[in-house]
Amino acid sequence: MIKDITLGQFFPGNSVIHKIDPRVKILLIIAYIVFLFVANNFVSLGFMALVTVAIVLLTKIPVKMYFKGLKAIMFIILFTSVLNMFYGSGEPIWQWGFLKITLNGISNAVFISIRIVALIFISCVLTYTTSPTDLTDALERLMKPLTVIHIKVHEIAMMMTIALRFVPTLLEETDKIMSAQKARGANMDSGGLIKRVKAMMPVLVPLLVSAFNRAYELAVAMECRCYRGGGGRTRMKVLKAGTKDAVAVAVSVFVLAGVIVCNVMFGAIAR
Amino acid sequence: MSIIQVENLCYKYGIGTPFEKTAVNDVSFEINKGEVVGVIGHTGSGKSTMVQMLNGLIKPTSGRVLLEGKDIWSEPKKIRQVRFKVGMVFQYPEYQLFEETVRKDIAYGPSNMGLSDDEIVSSVEAAAKFAGLKAELLDKSPFELSGGEKRRAAIAGVIAMNPQVLILDEPTAGLDPMGRELLLGQIESYHKKSGNTILLVSHSMEDIARISDRVLVMNGGKMEMLDTPHNVFSQGERLKSMGLKIPQITQIVNALADKGYDVKKGVLTIEEAVKQLLPLLNGGKQA
Repeated sequence: MIKDITLGQFFPGNSVIHKIDPRVKILLIIAYIVFLFVANNFVSLGFMALVTVAIVLLTKIPVKMYFKGLKAIMFIILFTSVLNMFYGSGEPIWQWGFLKITLNGISNAVFISIRIVALIFISCVLTYTTSPTDLTDALERLMKPLTVIHIKVHEIAMMMTIALRFVPTLLEETDKIMSAQKARGANMDSGGLIKRVKAMMPVLVPLLVSAFNRAYELAVAMECRCYRGGGGRTRMKVLKAGTKDAVAVAVSVFVLAGVIVCNVMFGAIAR
Repeated sequence: MSIIQVENLCYKYGIGTPFEKTAVNDVSFEINKGEVVGVIGHTGSGKSTMVQMLNGLIKPTSGRVLLEGKDIWSEPKKIRQVRFKVGMVFQYPEYQLFEETVRKDIAYGPSNMGLSDDEIVSSVEAAAKFAGLKAELLDKSPFELSGGEKRRAAIAGVIAMNPQVLILDEPTAGLDPMGRELLLGQIESYHKKSGNTILLVSHSMEDIARISDRVLVMNGGKMEMLDTPHNVFSQGERLKSMGLKIPQITQIVNALADKGYDVKKGVLTIEEAVKQLLPLLNGGKQA
């Protein structure tokens, strides 16, 4: 049951999107997200949405997986859009007491829903097509300027890599310990809050103990291979931006320019 | 009389995803009361999944598990009662210890059963004795014990529930030779004294050959054989094709028989082998 959690799931593949340099990909995705918010009318947002769909299709990952990513925040989408529906201005088309729905409210709700869905899809593109190691590598390189103000960028990146690496291991371990305690009659699925928290102790204590043991073993193993932090460390795989990345940047510039043009031509929707 | 009966048991992982996999495929068998059954199989043959279905930790996709003639899932709310009757010791059980003292940890199962304090005390002490745990260790923290002692404490935690069926998943894995020998002897004497049914999952053919009444062989999610150790281990080639081996001593005696020496195939323990080989050696000297 615990195995159902998908967290930053990566789908190995060979698509164009997979091959873009992870640094470039992170920056472009951030730019796309910013422009999702810059788009202020239906034409420019529709344009961004079309581009998002195109990118999603380009990744060659089953679209079903993207909707799975959406499931977790379905509630937030519904909540914000319903709220927006009641907060529109203009002539009400339905009224009950102080609650009124206006055309403008409905259009706002639709607008915001599209924006959030596109936002989730485009962030999924990043995590689905980039391996966790590539992702942290890229973040390390992108944050490098911060070393000037004495932020230990390499150590932060290493911590992220290790944390990501051990998420599945710890989940598996939790599953095992839970089964073992259930075999001894642990009752974790019923009772009040305090009872349930108490019932979790037989799982949490062994989990913590083993996490500490693992951390200690990992530290020893790293020291045995002479790890001593980021200073003077070279890489086996050096990230190189190439033609593909230049093309990706160029395409993105056109898309973003398109959004601005649409914004100017059609004007903001009324709020 | 059979205590556990399994009918057409199936289990599939990840149904409806691209990762769907059949772990246990149409397995049926019966286990008699008081029997020691060894379960062997290559890694990934489905033996761990299969044994976890026997005490209701995993619900089968299809098929039934009958405990004393009653389907264990007929009343899902009472599945805990089944888990008390069918005790399960997982691989590396020392990772489940959590209490302040060994005594409290062993008492976790019995107190979940709702026994009275007196009953808990007596079952903890009996279990510690069965597992070969020294009395002075009972008031220590489980985290101060050595690896072998932790293993015993964890096994005692399951024995303390006095299950009618005890399932042990690789109980000797990762122990030193002396520890293995000792623990196996303990399991044997526990079986003799309590008369309870035991299922032993193991990769060590020597261990299985030594204590099993019958051996269950799993391969690719299916049950290949369920027979006496003698009959199972005389089919060396068939076991080999499933990535399994026969005990070393059996291999040696079989090889000698193939070379034309006057010994019988299918020897299981060193003692039996000695009986076969000694006359041969003495005969050799005289000639």
